[in-house]
Amino acid sequence: MNNVCVYCEFEEGRIQEVSYELLTKGRSLANQLNCKLEALVLGEGLNGLEKEVSRYGVDILYMADDKRLYPYTTLPHTAVAVGLFKQTHPQIVLMGATSIGRDLGPRISSSLTSGLTADCTNLEIGEYEDKKAGKKYENLLYQIRPAFGGNIVATIVNPDNRPQMATVREGVMKKETISDTHKAELIYLDAGQYLRDEDLVVKIIERHMETSKVNLKNSSIIIAGGYGVGSKENFNLLYELAHTLGAEVGASRAAVDAGFTDKERQIGQTGITVRPKLYIACGISGQIQHIAGMQDSAMVISINNDANAPINKLADYVIQGNLETIIPKMIKYYKKNIK
Amino acid sequence: MYKIIVLAKQVPDTRNVGKDAMKADGTVNRAALPAIFNPEDLNALELALEIKDQYPDTKITLLTMGPVRAAEILREGMYRGADAGVLLTDKAFAGSDTLATSYALSCAIRKIGEADLILAGRQAIDGDTAQVGPQVADKLGIPQITYAEEIISLHDRTIQVKRRLERGVEVVECTLPVLITAHSTAPECRPRNAKRLMRFKRATTLSERHTTAEDYLAVHNDQAVLITEWCAKDVNSDLVQLGLGGSPTKVRQVENIVFQAKESKVISTDDAEIESLMQELISQHTIG
Ligand SMILES: Cc1cc2nc3c(=O)[nH]c(=O)nc-3n(C[C@H](O)[C@H](O)[C@H](O)COP(=O)(O)OP(=O)(O)OC[C@H]3O[C@@H](n4cnc5c(N)ncnc54)[C@H](O)[C@@H]3O)c2cc1C
Ligand SMILES: Cc1cc2nc3c(=O)[nH]c(=O)nc-3n(C[C@H](O)[C@H](O)[C@H](O)COP(=O)(O)OP(=O)(O)OC[C@H]3O[C@@H](n4cnc5c(N)ncnc54)[C@H](O)[C@@H]3O)c2cc1C
Repeated sequence: MNNVCVYCEFEEGRIQEVSYELLTKGRSLANQLNCKLEALVLGEGLNGLEKEVSRYGVDILYMADDKRLYPYTTLPHTAVAVGLFKQTHPQIVLMGATSIGRDLGPRISSSLTSGLTADCTNLEIGEYEDKKAGKKYENLLYQIRPAFGGNIVATIVNPDNRPQMATVREGVMKKETISDTHKAELIYLDAGQYLRDEDLVVKIIERHMETSKVNLKNSSIIIAGGYGVGSKENFNLLYELAHTLGAEVGASRAAVDAGFTDKERQIGQTGITVRPKLYIACGISGQIQHIAGMQDSAMVISINNDANAPINKLADYVIQGNLETIIPKMIKYYKKNIK
Repeated sequence: MYKIIVLAKQVPDTRNVGKDAMKADGTVNRAALPAIFNPEDLNALELALEIKDQYPDTKITLLTMGPVRAAEILREGMYRGADAGVLLTDKAFAGSDTLATSYALSCAIRKIGEADLILAGRQAIDGDTAQVGPQVADKLGIPQITYAEEIISLHDRTIQVKRRLERGVEVVECTLPVLITAHSTAPECRPRNAKRLMRFKRATTLSERHTTAEDYLAVHNDQAVLITEWCAKDVNSDLVQLGLGGSPTKVRQVENIVFQAKESKVISTDDAEIESLMQELISQHTIG
């Protein structure tokens, strides 16, 4: 009891990446707290998933396999999760800051009157002193999140209410398996025990899921373009450089908003978080919301005609000038020097 | 006739936070930033107005919780087509997290009276949590439809909504009442209407009338619309669930973001310099 529980998102036959990332984080939190790691999977056709989930060191896996639980709708998932948590009393519940997690998390937290912190970029265990009440707490979850447009970072705690709930975006935590032979204890839940007819009032009429063509998260080199690229045509220069280097193309929000490229390439606080080996920022000024999504890159090259662009402070190399001139030269001299 | 409540928040324009916007204690100095109508709440208002276009006897009430100054967005909403505004303001609400905010809003919604439809923005640009919509729905015990991009149809108390998800779209159907949150891809809000501007320019709350001389005159002007203003007691809320005390989450620490400058190597557009950079990257195995 009082374990760490991760709500795992199930979509089109598989568990989503963000859930594996959270299981990895959950495992390390459970180790620190000396408690068990639980996973909750709700959906239909879940047979066989236990093997993959177990690899992340899950101790107890709760599964409810029921056609009313897939595709995801708010109320049935809320009913099962709330019902379960009322029995198991987890101390921490983690979920993805995804379309699903941000729809479900607040609903569960309201039902259980427990605090929820959105979009955490880090989770740690620590103590907290409520000076006014003269109370000390140990082993609380520090929920660390940017807010106010990314200009501040707040550490938030839930001293008294349980579970302590947090959502985290995909790509923020690292995913790592523990063992290929580990076996979670599997507990099947009967969804019918938790669901009421009223929970089924929202009906899905149509659904189109797009699988992304862009694979920014797994690229070791990213060429990112900003508003300074100037046009959709100029973005072709970036594609060409990416093609030459075996890289993927990313973008700032200003470039996406200007229609230079697609939203799925957006990097930053409201886009994807990446940590490549090399990040080449072309015509990007480096506003805090963009930095939030790329600051863990191992090496940064900034191509900018403004010597004082904020991104330069974070760059290992600054190439000062117009990207229209610089990128073709990079392509040329790469080709010349590569054997 | 449909009764619609639109939840709207006045937010500091976080897109322009400068140095002056932070107080010494690390809290945000909201006064130093322009206060605006939260962008997605305008999308929510537009969705409500589209329903009113189709069913003209629909009544749209804007509800905001905030300081007295938040009445500004109620007027703005009325200029654009909302029928009435309600300001929920009380010191007891100070320090609310999303749960305490949702509780207070749900009490006010109950007091306004049975709504068929509640519309909110997906997310406010300051707190940035996107939690208030679903939590209000939960407090009211009604279903929710988040991330609405379009209301496809509304007939006989059945609504069809297109939702914009991270990786796709979904069309869902539900019977009223329901709470819907609007995504930024929903239609942009129509501009102010000149006639409505004249009519609601002097619409004020009681607090505003007490604090400014000009509005003092407005009290004596029969034409002036009075914006409803409620405090915690007016909406029969349980004080224990409000404000800092009613908030499970507490802020332990707030840090301002400072850039950590790296030693960077500056390179010009010179051919020789770019060639030597590419050679360096290749020999380090960073590329190639
Ligand atoms: C730095 C910082 C971090 C925070 N982190 C958290 C956190 O992690 N968890 C938490 O519980 N609280 C948090 N809060 C508190 C939270 O911002 C407030 O409770 C706020 O009143 C509501 O949350 P929001 O701004 O995120 O709104 P959202 O949930 O993003 O708002 C969604 C919609 O709800 C409606 N709405 C929201 N507030 C109002 C209102 N006052 N009046 C009318 N309609 C409204 C609007 O339609 C809005 O578009 C944080 C606050 C700060 C300053
Ligand atoms: C709540 C919120 C969330 C946000 N989320 C994100 C997010 O997830 N991701 C994101 O990126 N942004 C986000 N933003 C927007 C962010 O604040 C900035 O507006 C945006 O990152 C700026 O993009 P940019 O650097 O491409 O454009 P600009 O700031 O306009 O910079 C353009 C740069 O190009 C340079 N330049 C111009 N011409 C050339 C040339 N010919 N050659 C070389 N350099 C040139 C200029 O010197 C300048 O530095 C968010 C904002 C808010 C308020």
